[in-house]
Amino acid sequence: MTKHTPRPGDLDPASARAVLEASDIARVLTRVAHEIVERAKGADDVVLLGIPTRGVALARRLAARLDDIEDAKVPVGALDITMYRDDLRLRPARALERTEIPADGLDGKLVVLVDDVLYSGRTIRAALDALNDIGRPRAVQLAVLVDRGHRELPIRADYVGKNLPTSQRETVQVLLEEYDGRDAVLLGTRGSASAAAAPIGGAAAQVPATPEAE
Amino acid sequence: MKRHLISAADLTRDDALLILDTAEELAHIAERPIKKLPTLRGRTVVNLFFEDSTRTRISFEAAAKRLSADVINFSAKGSSVSKGESLKDTALTLQAMGADAVVIRHNASGAPHTLANSGWLRGSVVNAGDGTHEHPTQALLDAFTMRRRLNAGKGDLEGRRITIVGDVLHSRVARSNVLLLATLGAEVTLVAPPTLLPIGIETWPCEVSYDLDAVLAKSDAVMMLRVQRERMNASYFPTEREYSRRYGLDEKRMAALPEHAIVMHPGPMNRGMEIAADVADSPRSTIVEQVTNGVSVRMAVLYLLLGGSEPAITTSEETAK
Amino acid sequence: MSTYLIRNAKVLGGDAQDVLVSDGRVAGLGTGLTAPEGAQVIEADGHVLLPGLVDLHTHLREPGREDAETVETGTRAAALGGFTAVHAMANTDPVADTAGVVEQVWRLGQQAGRCDVHPVGAVTVGLAGERLAELGAMHESAANVKVFSDDGKCVHDAVLMRRALEYVKAFDGVVAQHAQEPRLTEGAQMNEGTVSGVLGLRGWPAVAEEAIIARDVLLAAHVGSRLHVCHVSTAGSVEIIRWAKSKGWDVTAEVTPHHLLLTDELVRTYDPVYKVNPPLRTAEDVTALREGLADGTIDAVATDHAPHPSEDKDCEWAVAAMGMLGLETALSIVQQTMVDTGLLDWAGVADRMSVRPARIGRLDGHGRAVAVGEPANLVLVDPSARRTVEPSELASRSGNTPYAGMELPGRVVATFLRGVPTVIDGKLA
Repeated sequence: MTKHTPRPGDLDPASARAVLEASDIARVLTRVAHEIVERAKGADDVVLLGIPTRGVALARRLAARLDDIEDAKVPVGALDITMYRDDLRLRPARALERTEIPADGLDGKLVVLVDDVLYSGRTIRAALDALNDIGRPRAVQLAVLVDRGHRELPIRADYVGKNLPTSQRETVQVLLEEYDGRDAVLLGTRGSASAAAAPIGGAAAQVPATPEAE
Repeated sequence: MKRHLISAADLTRDDALLILDTAEELAHIAERPIKKLPTLRGRTVVNLFFEDSTRTRISFEAAAKRLSADVINFSAKGSSVSKGESLKDTALTLQAMGADAVVIRHNASGAPHTLANSGWLRGSVVNAGDGTHEHPTQALLDAFTMRRRLNAGKGDLEGRRITIVGDVLHSRVARSNVLLLATLGAEVTLVAPPTLLPIGIETWPCEVSYDLDAVLAKSDAVMMLRVQRERMNASYFPTEREYSRRYGLDEKRMAALPEHAIVMHPGPMNRGMEIAADVADSPRSTIVEQVTNGVSVRMAVLYLLLGGSEPAITTSEETAK
Repeated sequence: MSTYLIRNAKVLGGDAQDVLVSDGRVAGLGTGLTAPEGAQVIEADGHVLLPGLVDLHTHLREPGREDAETVETGTRAAALGGFTAVHAMANTDPVADTAGVVEQVWRLGQQAGRCDVHPVGAVTVGLAGERLAELGAMHESAANVKVFSDDGKCVHDAVLMRRALEYVKAFDGVVAQHAQEPRLTEGAQMNEGTVSGVLGLRGWPAVAEEAIIARDVLLAAHVGSRLHVCHVSTAGSVEIIRWAKSKGWDVTAEVTPHHLLLTDELVRTYDPVYKVNPPLRTAEDVTALREGLADGTIDAVATDHAPHPSEDKDCEWAVAAMGMLGLETALSIVQQTMVDTGLLDWAGVADRMSVRPARIGRLDGHGRAVAVGEPANLVLVDPSARRTVEPSELASRSGNTPYAGMELPGRVVATFLRGVPTVIDGKLA
C-alpha cells in the first residue's frame, strides 16, 4: 500500500485540530505499556497483535516499551481482519493486509489486540472471530490509542490512551511517523478531498466513503 | 475489468498484481489448523463443468469452500446437459437457483464469453478453461508460482524470461500465459514445431522459436505443455519418439538451464513424452506446488469478484480506495 | 391489369424520367408523360429506378425447415428487398435433387406470387458428393432448372466436378460451386488468421477456398464449360477469377453483401450471428472483393440469405448454425459499400444485381433494360433514406441479421413483378 496518499474520509485540513501531539502519544503509549505489565503481572506470555494498518505500528511501539520495562522480548504480530468484516458487501472487495502470527502461536497466550481508534466495535468483533480461527489464547485484551465512543456492540477496551468524546459527524484521524511522516491525532470534519479522489462517473462514485479506522 | 474473468487480457497489471498479492496472503490460510474464512458465507458458487477436469474442479471447489461459499457441482455427465439441454437453458436454471458465480469449463472456445454476455444470468462468470481459447486462472497460478520462486513472492515479472514449450496451437494455457506474462513484464518465448503454432502468432506479445536447445540457457522458467498423443495421427508430428527427442525436456536439457531456473507443467503430464519422469520429480519442478498455489489464486479471484458489493479487480476503483 | 405511371424516376440513376407501366410491360418512357385514364400515379421524387433484382443464392428452407423460413416468408423478404427473382438453394430436406422436389419448390413460388422462385438443383444425390443427381430430369421439369449447386457442401471430388461441368452443357446449365476444400476445413469455425489464433477457434484458411476455385477454373477451361463460383470471400479468389477471365474462360462469380462489409474482427464477440460459411474474412479481403465487384471480375452480388431459428443462434459459437439473413438488406449494403464509396454507379448496381445474375441463371424475363416493351420487373429505391435495422420488423421468419441496430442507407420504395406491385410505399402490396 502506498504511504502518504490521502485516504477517502481524510480530514478536511481546515477543520482539523490536533487533540494529541507527538509527545502526548509517546506518553500515553508508555502509560499503556505500564498498565499491560501491571494487569498481566509481567509480560511473560503477552503477544501483541496489531490490526493493520496503524495498529501494527502501535503494537511495535508498545513492544519496544515492554522490552524496556520488563527486559523481555514480547512477540508482535499483525492480524488482518478484512475477510471477517461484516460490511464487506457494502463496498468493493478490497486488498488484504498482511497477517503475521508470531512463530510460537497464540495458544495459551495473553493476546493484546492493538488498534488506533475504537469506534463502533465492529473491527474488534471481526478480530475476535479471526483469532478464533487461528488459535486459543488464554485471554484476549484490547489496547487502543483513542476511544471515541459510539459503540454498536458490547465491546470495551482494556487499555485506552485517550478517551475522546466526539459527535458522529466528526472524524478522528491518527497519523503515525511510520506511515504519515509525523505523530498526531486529529479531530475534525470529513474533508472534500475524498470526493475529488473518486473516479468520475460509474458505480464507483456512489461507493460510500470509507470510514476512518475504528 | 468487469464482473467476469474470461481472458487474461481482461486483467491490467494492477488487477493481476492485486490478485497475486491477495493470493499471497491467502496462501497462509492453508498453514492454519482451520483452513476457512467466513468471507463468502451465503454466496453460491456453481462449478459448471462440461468437460472432465477433476483437478481444476477440485481446486475451485476447495477455494470456494475455504471462503465458506456454498458450492454446487454441476457436471455435464449424468445431467440434463448430456440429454441435449442447451447452455442457455442450463444458465437459466443456474440463475433461478441464485448462483452468484459460475465457474465454467467448456470444450467450446468462447462459451464462457457467451455465458457472461448473453444476459442469461446475472452472476459473475469465471473461465475455468474453454476449448483452445483461454484458462486465465491457470496463468495466474503459474505467474504466482514463478513470482514466488523467482521474485520472493513480490512485484511483477519484469525482464524474467519464460519459455513455453509444446502444443501452443491447441493450448488454452499457453494463450492465457502469454497474455498475462506480457502484462507482468516477462519476456516469453514459445517453442514448438511449426505445425503446433497458430497462424498469426507473429502478432502475439512473445518470441517464437523452433529450437528448444537454443533458448534453454537463458530461461528463468520452462513450462512444458501437455501434448496429446492423438495429435500424431493428425500429422502434427511424425512420431512420439521424434517429438520427445526434439521438444521433450529430459535431464540433459534440464542441465542446460541456469541454476535458478524452474520447470513447470500445468498437468496432467505425459511422462516420457514432453517431460522425462526424472525431470518431473526433480527439485526444480514446481508441478506439485502449482497445484497448491492454484487454490490460493482461485480463492483470491473468487474473493475479489464476489467478496464486496462489486468486483475489486477494477483499476478505476483502486484509485478510490 | 392496372396501369402505373412512375413520375420523375432516375432510371439507372440517370436523368429523371416518367415510366409508364401497363400490361406487365414498360409501355412508355420519357419526360412529361400524361397518365392514361385509370392509371395510378407514383411520384418517384427523384428516386432511382432499377430493373428488378435477381438473387442467385437464397435459402428459402422449404421443404424441411419451415421453422426458419418458408417460400412464402422468404419471397416476402425478397420483394421488400427489391428482388423479382430468386434462386432457391438445394440444401432443403429432402434435398432438391429430384424433379419432384424442384417442382414442389417451383409451385410454392408460383403460389406465393411475390417474386419468381427458380429452384437450384443439387449436383450430387443428397449433396453427398458421390454420384450425380438427375440433372437432366430437373432441367426438363416444370422448374426448368439451369443452375446446379451442392451449396453448403463442396463438390470436392475432381472427377465428379469434371463430369458435372460437362454434363450440364447439354442444356446450357451451370454448376455453381461452393468452394471449400473439406480436409483443410475440418471443424473450422472462422477465418484462419490473427483473430482465430487469439480466440482459439479452428481456422478456415483462405487457401481452402482458393485451391478449389483454381482447380475448377482449370477444369472448366479444359472441358469448355461454364463455371459459376458461389460467395467468393478472399482476395486470392478474386485474383484467380481475374486470371481465369483474362484467359477468356467462361467463369462467373458472386459475392455476398456481408463479405463486402463485415470482417472477422466481429468474431471477437463470439456472437453466433457472425458465424457464416464462408467465414467473414479480413479488411484486406473486403477491399479486394469491392474492387473485384467494381471492375467486373466478380459478376454478381448474391445474398446467401440463410435464415436460422433463434435456438440455432442464441447459443455458444461452436454449436451455432452458419449463415445470416440478406434479402432485405442487400441493396442497402451494396449502396453503402459500393455506391456511396464511388466504386459503382447505379447502372453498375443494376448490372451486378440484376442483369448479370439473370444472365448467369438464364432468366430471360429478368435483368432487362428499362425500355419500352420490356417486362416491367422494376425496383424503385430512395437512396437518401436511412433506416435502422430491427430484426423483429423483418419479413423473414428468422431474425439472424448481422446488421441489427445498424443504420443503413437506402430504402426500397416499390417493387414491380411483371407490372404488378409487390411492394408499394415500402410495404408489401
